[in-house]
Amino acid sequence: MSDKARDMRITLRVWRQAGPGAPGRFETYQAERVSPDMSFLEMIDVVNEDLIGRGQEPIAFDHDCREGICGMCSMVIDGVPHGPHRGTTTCQLHMRSFADGDTVTVEPFRARGFPVVRDLAVDRSALDRIIQAGGFIGVATGNAPDANAMPVPKEASDRAMDAAQCIGCGACVAACPNASAMLFTAAKVTHLGLLPQGQPERYRRVLGMVTQMDLEGFGGCTNFGECQEACPKEIGVWTIARLNADYLKGTVTARDDARAGGEAG
Amino acid sequence: MSTARLDAKVPGGPIADKWDRHKFEMKLVNPANKRKYTIIVVGTGLAGGSAAASLGELGYNVLNFCIQDSPRRAHSIAAQGGINAAKNYQNDGDSVYRLFYDTIKGGDFRAREANVYRLAEASVSIIDQCVAQGVPFAREYGGLLANRSFGGAQVSRTFYARGQTGQQLLLGAYSALERQIAAGSVTMQARTEMLDLIVQDGRAVGIVVRDLVSGKVESHFGDAVVLATGGYGNVFYLSTNAKGSNVTATWRAYKRGAAFGNPCYTQIHPTCIPVSGDYQSKLTLMSESLRNDGRVWVPKAGGDKRRPQDIPESERDYYLERKYPSFGNLSPRDIASRAAKEACDEGRGVGETGLGVYLDFADAIKRLGEAKIRERYGNLFDMYERITGENPYRLPMRIFPAVHYTMGGLWVDYNLMSTVPGLFVLGEANFSDHGANRLGASALMQGLADGYFVIPYTIGNYLAQVKPGSWAAGAAEARAAESGAVGRIDRLLGINGTRTVDSFHRELGRIMWNDCGMARKAEGLRNAIARIPELRDEFWRSVRVLGRGESFNQSLEKAGRVADFLEFGELMCRDALHREESCGGHFRVEHQTPDGEARRNDEQFCYVAAWEYRGEAAEPALHREPLHFENIKLATRSYK
Ligand SMILES: Cc1cc2nc3c(=O)[nH]c(=O)nc-3n(C[C@H](O)[C@H](O)[C@H](O)COP(=O)(O)OP(=O)(O)OC[C@H]3O[C@@H](n4cnc5c(N)ncnc54)[C@H](O)[C@@H]3O)c2cc1C
Ligand code: FES
Repeated sequence: MSDKARDMRITLRVWRQAGPGAPGRFETYQAERVSPDMSFLEMIDVVNEDLIGRGQEPIAFDHDCREGICGMCSMVIDGVPHGPHRGTTTCQLHMRSFADGDTVTVEPFRARGFPVVRDLAVDRSALDRIIQAGGFIGVATGNAPDANAMPVPKEASDRAMDAAQCIGCGACVAACPNASAMLFTAAKVTHLGLLPQGQPERYRRVLGMVTQMDLEGFGGCTNFGECQEACPKEIGVWTIARLNADYLKGTVTARDDARAGGEAG
Repeated sequence: MSTARLDAKVPGGPIADKWDRHKFEMKLVNPANKRKYTIIVVGTGLAGGSAAASLGELGYNVLNFCIQDSPRRAHSIAAQGGINAAKNYQNDGDSVYRLFYDTIKGGDFRAREANVYRLAEASVSIIDQCVAQGVPFAREYGGLLANRSFGGAQVSRTFYARGQTGQQLLLGAYSALERQIAAGSVTMQARTEMLDLIVQDGRAVGIVVRDLVSGKVESHFGDAVVLATGGYGNVFYLSTNAKGSNVTATWRAYKRGAAFGNPCYTQIHPTCIPVSGDYQSKLTLMSESLRNDGRVWVPKAGGDKRRPQDIPESERDYYLERKYPSFGNLSPRDIASRAAKEACDEGRGVGETGLGVYLDFADAIKRLGEAKIRERYGNLFDMYERITGENPYRLPMRIFPAVHYTMGGLWVDYNLMSTVPGLFVLGEANFSDHGANRLGASALMQGLADGYFVIPYTIGNYLAQVKPGSWAAGAAEARAAESGAVGRIDRLLGINGTRTVDSFHRELGRIMWNDCGMARKAEGLRNAIARIPELRDEFWRSVRVLGRGESFNQSLEKAGRVADFLEFGELMCRDALHREESCGGHFRVEHQTPDGEARRNDEQFCYVAAWEYRGEAAEPALHREPLHFENIKLATRSYK
């Protein structure tokens, strides 16, 4: 159980903002009796209990699974989305990564495409709309052939899985100096583009998703590579290279198709 | 509602023909008429997401809701180990019938045969559907799908995507859903919570919701309502469920007339990371698939505080292998959990708290090499290390049972319709397929079977008998439900007491864990039934919820959910008290064999308990749906 000798004291600077239009500011809070075995969110829970006790509204933040898989938690900790531990979401970050007496700054994911809802919670529905623009295989329920009818090389399937692991948290966007959603988009394009099932819509998909990404106000990718550093699932920029190749091919094919269509008509 | 009204509507004929025959006999909605019907689907997990997408594809007008900021974040995303299907790709003797048999037996003969058989049949199509959507299941070098084994089965029928099967299946359903949203057939409202069900002329016609961002309360209407809102494990406060998982939607439906089936059936999962302190907010599951290669043990002697590596083989007790030689480490969950509890009760538990047992991979690493183990379980091992700070490749994991899944849920008939006409319930939210204990990798199967392959047919049969749009939005019931929801919010905000919501939730959780957990006794249950109403009164007197209703207010959200858990917990205990037998996850200390195994009482309890709400002041009424085992002989479950 909680071992008093290991307990730490942490000073938190937390971004508080009442709503999307409201001005925001940093507030300072003391977190006492922080056990190294606590998760970062459990530490915030304790601070919140304390705030409620003192009649102050608790810090709003998104979270759900607390297992690093739902992609809901979304804090920038000391300037880094999801904090200092590589390949780890905020909810899986433990206080043993900090030292007694540390001051820690906590902010929401910041990007034009992610307006603040309140305090540390942001609106990431733009990512859903990118998926709507093509991040699927169009197969209605009941249409599928036997699962083993089409073998998929293990390497392709494993690589697809590497990309498919994306939890849609948006840390890549928050980390990018251009607030680009390129890694998010590329992960889905790569996942589906590596599988035989994903081939028929491969180029439509990439064109649709990239267009939507631009419409949502995300910036362009200029190869900073910060996204892959911040990705809690360690998805690499190799997926962006694949997206770019598919995008180029898709653009050319679309132009050819348009010309062919024109001639036929 | 009399017991007669609990008509399960199981079609006639031999078990293998029932579903086909029913599909033929059900009425259809003409394709051109489908868009005139509005269907409300609450939930976007495997059950709700697959249902909303499939109903949208059929042409219905679907309104879909979830509490998270995106449908992709439903709790299903966290499922790790896998999904069962009777594909028999391994040529190891599997079949629809065997999956049916294993599920009935695993559920300790407390599930309805016809539903379980249909589930086993649908399992085959689920895998096809998911692969077609691009779900990257694990494969062999030849390019075909790989399988592994799960507890309670002697065949290898579990399909998986590393340790993230739920994520990949949910993303498949989510992508189908997003496709329908883009097509305009599904309207999605994320960050929206259902607070009540609207019933008119005895039919479910709508829901009252709160927009969690603006805080506005409003009503939505439809020709049918589908609840796929997940399980209620969080009544224990600490569980492996996501923090937002709740009983609110199903509890509110119960209070509007939907009978609650077997609320006491909860599953305590044997392999979770032990609790480390009072601040703990949730428990983390280590997938049961680990038991394929990990061996469970404790020291033979009580109080042995040596480090695991210093305890020689001869002084270790691999108790599952010893007690259940034919299933060993793959014994079903209820059995494995209870065995761990017994070992700890005997003082042989490990770790600082003594509430833990080892799950050891040393032999598997020796046999297969570290790389193979990393490939199979890498992300689970990493997660373990992140949480505990210990490296499971070097040291055995420490695990302990934790609340994980709830087999109970709203009672539904064969069509997945509750006792309120027009209200359908899917996935973990219903009681239907797992009896008193669910086998591993079967919840994902059930959620997707319900959503992709059952509801698209059965809801049509209902709608074909209803005129589209026959509800009255301004009628008294609708207004009353809405003002009731607003009134509750105002009341919660008006108390301004001294205790936080979480402190009540923790206290309720302790009562439930001690008195309605892994081992239940009449005395403890009576104590809980007396204690919970007191705690509830105290909650309504002294909880402190700050802020406003019309804003993004997470304390208020939690308060509403905990208020419902404080009512629901009592019903769970009542159900547990009335069931004078041990079956599956429901272990009554008074009912065990001399060697400590569960003792069922088929003579008196071979039925589904469906509880009917009769008002605040009255006790709920018990209705019984007798279970008939026509295909599988009712027998004592043995995994020895
Ligand atoms: C850690 C973990 C691992 C698991 N691993 C496996 C596994 O390997 N294999 C397996 O078969 N099963 C597994 N399970 C069980 C399985 O994941 C769940 O039973 C299943 O995913 C439940 O799906 P569902 O669609 O019924 O509900 P959920 O996925 O819980 O979805 C509920 C939905 O309802 C919405 N909702 C809830 N309440 C409201 C409300 N009041 N208003 C509006 N919306 C609401 C939520 O937003 C969500 O969209 C696991 C469970 C856990 C906790
Ligand atoms: S809370 Fe789910 S990923 Fe952090």
